[in-house]
Amino acid sequence: MSATLTRPFDQPDAPADLDLRGHGQPLVDKTFRWILFLCLFVGIAFLAVLLAYVVIKGWPRLDSRLWTNMPSIRRPEQAGAESAITGTLWVIAFTALFSLPIGFLSAVYLEEYAKPTSRFARFVEINIQNLAAVPSIVYGILGLAIFARALALGQTVITAGLTLALLVLPVVIVATREALRAVPQNIRHGSLALGATLWQTTWRQTMPAAIPGMATGTILALSRAIGEAAPLLLLGAVTFISFNPTGPFSAYTTLPIQIYNWTKESREEFQVLAAATIVLLLVILLAMNAVAILIRNRTQKRW
Amino acid sequence: MTTATASSAPGGLNPLRQTKPRYGEAVIRGILVLAAAVSLFTTFGIVISVLIPSLEFFAEISFTEFLFTTTWTPLFANPQYGVLPLLMGTFVITVIAVLVAIPLGLGSAIYLSEYASPKARKVLKPTLEVLAGIPTVVFGFFALEFITVYVLKPIFPDIQVFNALSAGLVMGIMIIPTIASLSEDAMAAVPSGLRDGAYALGATKRQTALRVVVPAALSGIVAAFVLGVSRAIGETMIVTIAAGLQPNMTLNPLQGMQTMTSYIAAAGSGDVPTGSIEYKSIFAVGLLLFIITFVMNMISIRLVRKYRQAYQ
Amino acid sequence: MMSGTMSEIHDPNAPQSTSDLANTGRMDVSAVLDEGRGVVVPESVGEVVFNLDDVHVFYGDFEAVRDVTMQIGRNEITAFIGPSGCGKSTLLRSFNRMNDLIPGARVEGLLAYHGFDIYAPDVDPIEVRRRIGMVFQKPNVFPKSIYENVAYGPKVNGMKVNMDDLVEECLTRAALWDEVKDDLKKSAYALSGGQQQRLVIARCIAVKPEVILMDEPCASLDPIATAKIEDLMKELAADYTIVIVTHNMQQAARVSDRTAFFTADVDAQGVRHGRLVEYGPTRSIFTAPNDPRTEDYISGRFG
Repeated sequence: MSATLTRPFDQPDAPADLDLRGHGQPLVDKTFRWILFLCLFVGIAFLAVLLAYVVIKGWPRLDSRLWTNMPSIRRPEQAGAESAITGTLWVIAFTALFSLPIGFLSAVYLEEYAKPTSRFARFVEINIQNLAAVPSIVYGILGLAIFARALALGQTVITAGLTLALLVLPVVIVATREALRAVPQNIRHGSLALGATLWQTTWRQTMPAAIPGMATGTILALSRAIGEAAPLLLLGAVTFISFNPTGPFSAYTTLPIQIYNWTKESREEFQVLAAATIVLLLVILLAMNAVAILIRNRTQKRW
Repeated sequence: MTTATASSAPGGLNPLRQTKPRYGEAVIRGILVLAAAVSLFTTFGIVISVLIPSLEFFAEISFTEFLFTTTWTPLFANPQYGVLPLLMGTFVITVIAVLVAIPLGLGSAIYLSEYASPKARKVLKPTLEVLAGIPTVVFGFFALEFITVYVLKPIFPDIQVFNALSAGLVMGIMIIPTIASLSEDAMAAVPSGLRDGAYALGATKRQTALRVVVPAALSGIVAAFVLGVSRAIGETMIVTIAAGLQPNMTLNPLQGMQTMTSYIAAAGSGDVPTGSIEYKSIFAVGLLLFIITFVMNMISIRLVRKYRQAYQ
Repeated sequence: MMSGTMSEIHDPNAPQSTSDLANTGRMDVSAVLDEGRGVVVPESVGEVVFNLDDVHVFYGDFEAVRDVTMQIGRNEITAFIGPSGCGKSTLLRSFNRMNDLIPGARVEGLLAYHGFDIYAPDVDPIEVRRRIGMVFQKPNVFPKSIYENVAYGPKVNGMKVNMDDLVEECLTRAALWDEVKDDLKKSAYALSGGQQQRLVIARCIAVKPEVILMDEPCASLDPIATAKIEDLMKELAADYTIVIVTHNMQQAARVSDRTAFFTADVDAQGVRHGRLVEYGPTRSIFTAPNDPRTEDYISGRFG
C-alpha cells in the first residue's frame, strides 16, 4: 500500500510495476448500469406518456359539465359523470364503514393480542396474505353469490360497499399492523407497568400513537377501492344509471365503471369523455395520496 | 437467619389476587378474535360461492368436456363448454406481460437496490409505485386507444382493434412495481457482509449484483415473479377493454382473445338468469381461476418465508 | 435451601476489616460510601418485602438466571450490580411480572411479595404491577402532555382522587414541579432526558406503589441529571422500597443500602447463566467482599 505513497520520494525497493490507479470502469459495467436504469426509465416514461395522453385527449371535455351533468349514451356533448361521482362517494363510504373497524380490530388482534405461537393467528396471517392476491373479479363472484343473491341485497350500493370492503380488508390490516409495529415497545411497557390492562394500553397508548400510520394506510386502501372496477361489473354497476343514489339500497354506478361504459361506445366523443373522466378520477386519487404523504411526513420521527 | 415468611403465608386474603372481575377485557378479546376471523369467513365465502354452482355446473357438463375440448360457445343455441380457449387467451396475455415485467421489474429492482443513491431512490421508487396506483380501467383505456392505435398499428398493420398484444404489454408495465418492489425487499434483506465480501475480493458492482446479491435473494425474487404472474392471470379490466371478448384458440397475439377473467366479467355483467347453465359457467371458470391463483400465491408466500428465515 | 454464597454472607466470622484496602488496589469507594445514605443497615434484612428462594428465570429452554436466594428489605435501596448478561435486569423484571410480556419467559422457585407468591396461579399481574412500579432504562414518557402522563396511571386504575392535587403532589415528590408547573399541558417530549426520567418517576408514584423497580434509570442521562435522580431516590426511600439495577458501581455505592453482585457462569455448552455471587450491606460488599469474583469486579479487574 505504502508503495504508491512513498513513490514520489523514489523508494528504490518498490516493485516497478505496482500501479494502483483505476483503469476506469470497464465498458461492460457501464453498459450494465445503463441497461438497469433504462428498465426503470421505461416504467416511468410509460407513466408520463399515459398521463399526458389522457389529459390531452380529455381536455375538450374537462369542464363543469363533467360533474354537473348525468351520463347519456345518446348526446355525448351533454353527458357528464355526476351520478358516477355521487355513486363512488356512496360506495366508498360503505366500504370504509365496513372495512376500517374490522381491519383495525384484526390488526390489533394479530399485533397486540395474539401470541407468536398461536396457530389461529398464524393461519389468519397466511389467509390474509393469500386474500391480498386473490383476483378482484373473484370478490365480484363472492359479492354476486352471497351479498346480491343469497342475502338478497340486490345490485345496490350496500352490496358494492360490502364486496369492496372485503377486497381492501387485507390492505387495511397490513397497513395497520405496520403502524402498530412502529410504536415503540417501551410505551406499551410503561403503560403495563403502571397496572393498565392490555386493552387500556392498546386503546389509550398504542392506537393513538399509531393513528398517523393507520390514516396513511387507510387512505391508500380506500384509493384502491375507488379505482376498482372488475368486481362491480358483476354487481350491477354497468346498468345505465342517470340518477344519484338515494341510500344504501339504491342502484348506483361509479367512476371506473362509467369510464368502462364510455370506452365501449364507438363514437369518438365518448372516448374523449372517458379520458376526461379518467383525469377526474386520477386527480381524486392523487389528492388522496398527497394527503397520505402529508400525514406521514408531518408525523415522522416522533420518537 | 431471619424469619421464613415464604410459603407459610399469613391467613389474610391475597392482595395480589384480581380485585374486580374484568369482563370487559374478555369481551374485547372475543371481539378482536371475531374481527380477525372475518378474513377466514371471506376465504370460506369465496370457496363456497364458487364451489356450489360449479358442482351444479359439472353435474351437467363433464370435467373432460370442460378441461379438454376447444370450443367455448355458451351463448349459442347449442352451447359448448370447452375452457381451453379461455385458458389459451389467459396464457398468451400472461406470457406477454411476464416477458415485459420480469426483465424490467428485476432491472429496476437491481438499480434501486444496488446503484441508485439514497436521494435518487427516494424519488424514483415512489414514482414507480404510482404505476401500481393507477386504476386498471385506465390502463385498459390506454391500451385500446393509444398502444394499439399509435404504437402497434404502425408496426403491425393487420393487427386487430382488440388484440392480446396491447393488453399484454400494458399489463406487463402494470406489474413492474409488484415485481420491482418485492425483489428489492429481498435484495435489501441480503446481509451487507456478503456484498462486502465480494468487494473485498475485487469484484465490480455488476459482478457483485449478479453473482452475489441476486442469487442470495433468489427465493424472494422468484416469489415476486410468481406473485406478478398471479396478478397477470387475475387481471380483468385491461383484457376486457383491450383484448376483446371473442374466445380464440390461437397463439397469435395480434388477434383478439378472451381470458378467464374477461369471460366472467362479460357474462356476469349481463343479466344472466340465476340457475341457468350459463350463470353456473361463470362460477366454474371462477373456480378454475381461484385454484390457479391460489396455488401460485401459496408458492409465493412459501418462498418469501424462506428468505425471511434465511436472513433474520 | 440456602446457597453456599448466601451462608457466607451471613457468616458471623466473615472478615469485616477494611485495613488491607490500600494494598489491594481496589477502587476507593470509602468517600463515596460516606456521602451515601449513611444508614448502617444491619447484617440481615429486617422487614422482608421480597423473599426469593431458589429462583430460576427461563426464556424457553434458556436458563437466564439460576438459583437466586435473597431477601429484600422494606424502605431500603437495594442495588443489583454485575457485568452485562448476568441476568440482573431479567431478575428485576420478574419482580413485577414484566417478563410475562416476553414469549416463553417463566419463573421457577419462590418469588414472594409479603409472603404471597407472585407467580401463584390466582395472582393477577395487573395487581402486582399496581403495587410494584417500574422505571425503565430509557425514559419512556407517553406521547402526551406532562399532566396526562402523571394522571394516566390513576385513571386506568380507577383511583378516585382529586387529579390536579395528585399531579402536583407527585411532580413535587419527583422534584419536577417547579420546573414544569407552568407547562403542564405541554408535550412530555419537550422535556430533557433527565426531566423525562423524573416525570416517569412521578408517573410511577402516582399509582401509590409500595415498591419502585429501577432498571438502569440513569444509563441514558448526563452526570448532573444522574445526580438529581440519585438524590431523588434517597428521598423516596423514606416511603418506598427501591430496587435498582445499575452498571455504575459508584452509583450503587452512593445510593444503596444493600448490594447484590451477580455474574454469569458459562456452562459446558458455552451458554451464560446469571447467578447471584454475593449479597449484603453495601459497605461490606465494597470494602470487604467475601468472594474473589466480587473483589475482581469491584476493583475493576473484570466486567
